[in-house]
Amino acid sequence: MEDLIQVVDWSRLQFALTAIVHWLFVPLTIGISLIVAVMETIYYRTKSEKWLKTTKFWMTLFAINFAIGVATGIILEFEFGTNWSNYSWFVGDIFGAPLAIEGLLAFFMEATFFAVMFFGWKKVSAGFHLTSTWLVAIGVSLSALWILIANAWMQYPVGMEFDPDQMRNVMSDFIAVATSPVAINKFFHAVTSGWVLAAVFVIGVSCIIAAKGKNMQMAKDSVKVAGWIGLIGMIFTMWTGDGSAVEVARVQPMKLAAMEGLYRGEIGQELIGFGIVDEKERDVKCKIAIPKGLSILANHDANSFVPGIDDLIDGIALTPQGDTLNTVSYAKRIEIGKAAQQALRDYEAARKAGDEAALANALERIKANYPFFGYGYFNSPEDAVPPVALTFYSFHIMVIAGGYLLLFLIVALFIVYKKPTWFDTRLARWIGILSIPVVWICSEAGWIVAEVGRQPWTIQDILPVQAAVSAVAAESVQLTFWLFAIVFAALIAAEISIMVNEVKKGTNREITE
Amino acid sequence: MESISVKARKIFDFYVDGFKNMTVGRKLWAIIFIKVIILFFVFKLFFFPNLLKENYDNDDDRARAVATELTSR
Repeated sequence: MEDLIQVVDWSRLQFALTAIVHWLFVPLTIGISLIVAVMETIYYRTKSEKWLKTTKFWMTLFAINFAIGVATGIILEFEFGTNWSNYSWFVGDIFGAPLAIEGLLAFFMEATFFAVMFFGWKKVSAGFHLTSTWLVAIGVSLSALWILIANAWMQYPVGMEFDPDQMRNVMSDFIAVATSPVAINKFFHAVTSGWVLAAVFVIGVSCIIAAKGKNMQMAKDSVKVAGWIGLIGMIFTMWTGDGSAVEVARVQPMKLAAMEGLYRGEIGQELIGFGIVDEKERDVKCKIAIPKGLSILANHDANSFVPGIDDLIDGIALTPQGDTLNTVSYAKRIEIGKAAQQALRDYEAARKAGDEAALANALERIKANYPFFGYGYFNSPEDAVPPVALTFYSFHIMVIAGGYLLLFLIVALFIVYKKPTWFDTRLARWIGILSIPVVWICSEAGWIVAEVGRQPWTIQDILPVQAAVSAVAAESVQLTFWLFAIVFAALIAAEISIMVNEVKKGTNREITE
Repeated sequence: MESISVKARKIFDFYVDGFKNMTVGRKLWAIIFIKVIILFFVFKLFFFPNLLKENYDNDDDRARAVATELTSR
């Protein structure tokens, strides 16, 4: 048991490390490919050399990020096969199909349009080159679509049936999987937040370039394009964030409760803007809250009830009139989950004995109890509660940083259009540079909310982490964790060093075609 | 009309010229190459076996192994 806990912890830690490092590269790739495509479109329309050199400069930074980041996601698949073999078998073709589509799409995109984008200047027509650049930008986002569909399925499993003979979830409705509202919100939220991240990166780097004064015009033009894309991205990110909150309230209410450190909910629940979580006292101290805010955010209804962690455990909800409604308590869910697992044991025994009647009976019980299958692994309802403090702080860091970035983008656009002389000041430069880490913290915090908030589930309600991990030694996972940490540190150092070199070129000499 | 072999030759030359004329790209390709070697020929080969594929001969055996795992924890 002790060893299983260690395997779970190290496997989770390793997966978290890999995913966090992978996500350092992905949103920049998504966003900067769009920014480059827009810049090249302006060049195509104006035929102005300044836009050609601007496009090429950012295209180089895009290439650096793409090259360093490429294949970091493959490691996640290695981990599925070794550390999470029960999970990877159990999800079956639901995870396999989207990843296969992603692999094919990425291969064709990278082998063709990416090459045209970088090798094709003056070798293919300007129109074909521009089309290739746009196809790379679109392809990068579509590539993200499939992995986000797979992730959304884990948060909200739909369009599948469990087959105990194969011990897998078999996809029964591809459209339901691909068009799940959780997947759609997640896709647009992740992609448009990538626009914001890349925009802040471009503005920050432009501030560095502007400091030397040699490519001032390029820096200002870049801020204009990035500022607008970032602002549009931010509006969509907020809109889809609102959509995500509604979906989380509907399909993962425990995650929402953890995001707000909410133990007992109320009708017209307040939204905490800032506070300190006290997990022992089951409360949030020193809080600043917006009255009825969470009810509006979660249900778009100021007088609705939002359940807290203890309400969910007890299986209690309230109507807007204050009447108590009974939902399925976590104790009951554990009972149902254990019944499902017993039915699965009986199914396996009947299968061995060739007893058709017992097989049919067990199958019926598996199907009836399957929605709460995963709760059977818990000894107490508390086992199904995510880490509240980490989820709460990540959510609030994301929201506060997001608010700052909205302001930052508005101010950047105001300065570059209305007060261009402010752009040359030391203060503006430092704000621009220091905003680069803020946008990455914001983006990573968003993923921590999504992934830590759904703990202990790998598949919501069906498979918790302790059942999903392989029977491997904790020491071997620990060893590969540190190996990855070394490789990732080297990759990040390489990215920063090559990028800084390229940016220096932009600051120290006038960029010519 | 160009023959397929001429078209293929043009595409080949396009890639060769592109690679030859790279500046920062050479460094990036070197990083990609080293990274892929480490990932696939060190990590994947020595540290990340696909346990179910390696330990069982067919899908039915794999399914039974997972069933045993999921009903005994």
